[in-house]
Order: sequence, then C-alpha cells, then structure tokens
Amino acid sequence: MSNNEIKVEIKNLYKIFGRNPQKHLEKAQNGMGKSELMEKTAHVMGLCDVNIKIPARGIQVIMGLSGSGKSTLIRHINRLIEPTAGEIIVDGVDVLAMSQDELRDFRRKKASMVFQKFALLPHRTVIQNVAYGLDIQNVPEEEKHQRSMKWLERVGLGGFEDNYPSQLSGGMQQRVGLARALATDADILLMDEAFSALDPLIRTDMQDILLKLQEELHKTIIFITHDLDEALRIGDNIAILRDGSIVQQGTPQEIVLKPADDYVADFIKDINRSRVLQLGSITHDGKAESNIILERSTTIEDAIQSLRKANANDANVIHEGNSIGVVTLNDMLGAIERPDATNTGENAYS
Amino acid sequence: MDFLTTFPDIGRQNLRDIKKSVDATFKDFSRSYGEGIEDFFYPLLKFLVFFEKLLINTPWPIIIAVLAGLAWLGSRNWKLVTGTIISFIIIGALGMWKDTMATLAIISVATLVCIAVGIPFGIWMAKSDRMQSIITPVLDIMQTIPSFVYLIPVVMLLGLGKVPGLLAVCVYALPPLVRLTNLGIRLVDREILEAADAFGANPRQKLFGVQIPLALPNIFAGINQTIMMALAMVVIASMIGVKGLGVPVLQAVQNQYLALGLMNGLAIVALAIIFDRVSQQYGKRLQKHREGGHHE
Ligand SMILES: Nc1ncnc2c1ncn2[C@@H]1O[C@H](COP(=O)(O)OP(=O)(O)OP(=O)(O)O)[C@@H](O)[C@H]1O
Ligand SMILES: [Mg+2]
Repeated sequence: MSNNEIKVEIKNLYKIFGRNPQKHLEKAQNGMGKSELMEKTAHVMGLCDVNIKIPARGIQVIMGLSGSGKSTLIRHINRLIEPTAGEIIVDGVDVLAMSQDELRDFRRKKASMVFQKFALLPHRTVIQNVAYGLDIQNVPEEEKHQRSMKWLERVGLGGFEDNYPSQLSGGMQQRVGLARALATDADILLMDEAFSALDPLIRTDMQDILLKLQEELHKTIIFITHDLDEALRIGDNIAILRDGSIVQQGTPQEIVLKPADDYVADFIKDINRSRVLQLGSITHDGKAESNIILERSTTIEDAIQSLRKANANDANVIHEGNSIGVVTLNDMLGAIERPDATNTGENAYS
Repeated sequence: MDFLTTFPDIGRQNLRDIKKSVDATFKDFSRSYGEGIEDFFYPLLKFLVFFEKLLINTPWPIIIAVLAGLAWLGSRNWKLVTGTIISFIIIGALGMWKDTMATLAIISVATLVCIAVGIPFGIWMAKSDRMQSIITPVLDIMQTIPSFVYLIPVVMLLGLGKVPGLLAVCVYALPPLVRLTNLGIRLVDREILEAADAFGANPRQKLFGVQIPLALPNIFAGINQTIMMALAMVVIASMIGVKGLGVPVLQAVQNQYLALGLMNGLAIVALAIIFDRVSQQYGKRLQKHREGGHHE
C-alpha cells in the first residue's frame, strides 16, 4: 500500500495578487519577500516558489497562520485561481494546459471540494445538495438518487434528505458538504479548513468520520487547517506555509521532533508531545531488560502507562512482528521535553 | 449690465430653427418607419386585445373565482382571499367592472412585457460592469423624465391607442425590475458560486441553477414594484387612449365629479393593495426555508 505514486505535483508555483503580477514576478523569483514586495510594489505575494509532491491515497495537511496562502494554494490544484508562474501536474497531466471544457471535466470527475463555510445551496434540499455534482454531470435520475442516498447515509444523515440546509446544525451541514464532495467519486478531495467553523467536539466527530471513510476509500485528501492538533491527528504528511512559502514538509513525527525554524517551533510548542510522538521515532538498537513488547506506533503517552503498570524502565519495540530495538523511560522523557529548553542555554530551568 | 441680467441665449431665430429641424427629422422618420414599427408591435396589440376581451367576456363569477384562486396560491392567506373577493364584488356593484377588467388586462400584459425584457437586461447588467455603467443612467432617465415628454414621440410614431399606452406604462415600470434583478444576482454569495465552479458547473448551469434561484427574492421584489408602478401609470395611459379605470378619473378631473373620481381612484388602490400583498406573501414564502427554520 505504501508505494510512492505521486498524485499531485506542484513545481515552482508563484502567485502574485495585484494589477500587474507579471511585471513583479521576477522580483519575487529573485528572492524578494512578501513584506518588501508589498512595500515597494503594492502587490501581495500569495505564493512564493512552492514545490510539493503529494502522494496518492494519503492525507496531506497544509498548515499555516491566517494569510499564509493556504486557501490560495489549494485553489490552484483545481485552478479556481490561475497562477502567475509555475506548474501543476495531477496524475501526470498539466492542469494549466487544460481547455475550459477539459478543466470542467477535471473538476467534475477528478477533484471535488469541501468549503469552510459549507457553501451549500440554500434553495435545494439536503439530498439535492448531495446530488449537485451529479446534476451538473447530467447523471440519470435514478442513478443520481441512489448514489447520493448512499453517501448521505455514509455520513450519518439518512432521514434528513428532505430538510433544507438552514434546518441543520453546522456539523450536519458540513456532513452534507462532505457527502456532496464524495458523491462524484472524484479521487482527490480538497478540504479548505473544512472543520474550522465547527465546535471542538463536533470537529473531533468530523475528523473521526473522515478518518473512517478514508480507511476504506483511500482518496488523496488535501486538507487545510490552522489547528495543529487537527493536523497531527489526521495528517499523513504535513506542509507548513509561511508568507506564501513552504518552510517545512514531513510526517507529523518529523515536524514535532525536528522543527525547521522558529516559526515551526512556535507552532508546535503548545502541543501534547507525548500524545503525538510514537516509539518508532525514538527507538535505538539494543535489548530491553524488561520483557515488555510494544508496537512502534504506540504513542509515548500509552507506552509510559504500560511501563509504569509493569514497574519497568524499558521496553522492546517491534514492527510487524520483528524486533526493531529498545526504548527507555528516559528516552521518552527526553522526547517529550520541549526542544527550546535544550536549544537555548540562557534560561535553563532547574 | 444687460449682459449679466439676461442670460445670453443663442437667439430666438436659431432656437426656432433647431426645434424645427428636430421636429422635421423626427416626422420624416416617423413617416418612413412608423408603419414598420406599428407592424412590429402588432402581435402585442393582438394579445392585449384578446386578453382584454377574454376578461370582459368571461362571466364575472368565474373571474372572481380565478382571482381568489390566484390570491390563495400566492399568499396561502384566507384574509387576503376574502379581501380580494369582497373588493371585486364592491367594484362590480358600483358599476366599474368593465373598466377594472380593462385595467387588469393592460397591467397584466405590461407586467409580462417588463418581465420578458427586464430580467434579461438585469442579468446582462449583473454579468458585465460595462453594461451596468451603460444601463444605469438609462434607467435613471426612464424613471425621472416626465411621462408626457416621451409620450410625444411615441404618439407621433404610433398615434393614440393601446400600444403607445402600453409602451408608456412599460417605460415607467421597467426600471425597478432591471435594477433588482441586477442587484439580486450580484448579491449571490461568492462562496456558493465558487462551489458551483469547483463542481464544474458551466456558465448556463451557474445562471439557472444558482444565480437566478438565489436572486429570486429580489427579482420578486422587482416584479412587485413593477406592478405598483404600472398601476400608477393607469391615469396617464388613459390620456393616450387606453381604456380602463383611468378614463373616468380623467373625466372626473375635467368636470369636477368628486364621487366618480374617488370611486375609480379607490378601485385602483384596491387593485394595488391586492397585487402588492399577494406578490409579497409569495416572495416571502419563496425564501422561507432559506433563513428561518429551526434545528429540531
Ligand atoms: N484576490 C486577492 N487579491 C489580493 N490579495 C489576495 C487575494 N486573495 C488572497 N490574497 C492575499 O494573499 C494572501 C494569502 O491569502 P489566503 O486566503 O490564501 O490565506 P489563508 O492562509 O487561506 O488565510 P486564512 O487562514 O485567513 O484563510 C493574503 O495576504 C491575502 O491577503
Ligand atoms: Mg483560507
């Protein structure tokens, strides 16, 4: 399952907003930053030299503060925004070379989208909203009904088909949005802060629904969020944007263990590291004194529990039945210590 | 000193020449094209005559039943339906039935013409900022220029009669519908339009599937305004030969018949109130599921 097929590849992507973006493109390409560009040319740097390869069948999270260019980036993938320069390749096809008709076909069949504010059609019932993408493709009535009913039930809204969106709660409305995106059977799902407008509890519910569906569907999901907990929870890969540039890409483990710069370190400083980090990323060679055996995907939090219960100081780590090394309680403590405490010698806590 | 107290105009002679040449040019134009323009509007005239005859010749109980039915369909409100029935019975009892039917005919046809012309123009305006900047001043002129002024060329072209009257009503009643259609479409939520784009809707699918349905409450407000303004033009239209409630009002003004003027005037008011309430209720019902609604 873990092959290296690349679904979406973005190369040297630039997006400059303003009256004459082409004129100022070269300045950006020569390394002028966002604030300098704004000051000197009154143009806004949306994206700056973005390069990213998004693997098929995984969840790619894109993170960043407000205004860092997340929405701009995701809208380039289905070309709701035209780039100033760069390439966007999906399944080996250049999206920018598509004609209007080809592009519409791409949006109908290949990539569907879920929106932060749901963007449901208020004059259509729930089931008609789910069927919207199929309507546009002129799918025959019966097939359309079957497919949309199926997805409505999959998101747990069976029985609400004749309601109007305004009669549903926010969480339910976004489930309609999700079902609408799934109903077209597109294999790329673009989600722009899809859960950000929801209450924390409902947000967790929605994450569960998404992860559960993903276990079975294996879509390529590009998920935008500014919430690190959410990113760590659902992301297979995370890319972090700042002022239109990607500052770090990697797995959640890599991001937490080796933040590329202060911006990223700042992002991760408040998370519960023991709940994110897994034994696999701190295992080293050797053999444990105890005979406890833990899977490498165990979180540190769970591992400490097991060790304390058995009154042991270390454990053997396995992966798919084979031993891959050892971790000690001390390793775990070291990993959950905040990185800035070790890096800055000045104000070391005693 | 003289120079400052009397405005230095271009001179009586010059002015007369200018006016004369404008009049002559337009007369020539009307002589050579008047007939063609009349032919162009002939189908409209036939339809108007047909509709008026239909209303007048249909037995009155059927007309009242149909109107009550329409009021019910539009408003789902028994009070309005009862009010409609009573109003028309009083109108009939006071001898204004025929005139009211004639007025009803011209108002209905004028509204249909305005819808057929106004909505497409409103859409066009919404789609292009250029069109908006061209059409807006035209609408301003249509609404503010005194009706008598544009009645002159219309009457020169087409003579007195139903069609010029209909045109006069339409010129006055059209602008609000165009404006509100434009506004309604421009106000459609950008996120929803983006969603339509993201699912691959083409421009036609966006227009008929998203923009017009979401603009409908505004478009209905526009139709409501158009009906009201058409009713307001009934008296002026009667001056150029349109039959209906305006004719007795005009007579009343000329001969100082207070009662006659009052009765017919009130009949126009009754029509206006019925149309207004029914179309407003209909507009409200259209958007009921959009805002309100409670989560059970
Ligand atoms: N149409 C536009 N015209 C001008 N500037 C724009 C436009 N769209 C976005 N920008 C600018 O580009 C930058 C990136 O915007 P974008 O909406 O992609 O940020 P974001 O990361 O999605 O932020 P948020 O978390 O607030 O949604 C911002 O500085 C924004 O002001
Ligand atoms: Mg955004």
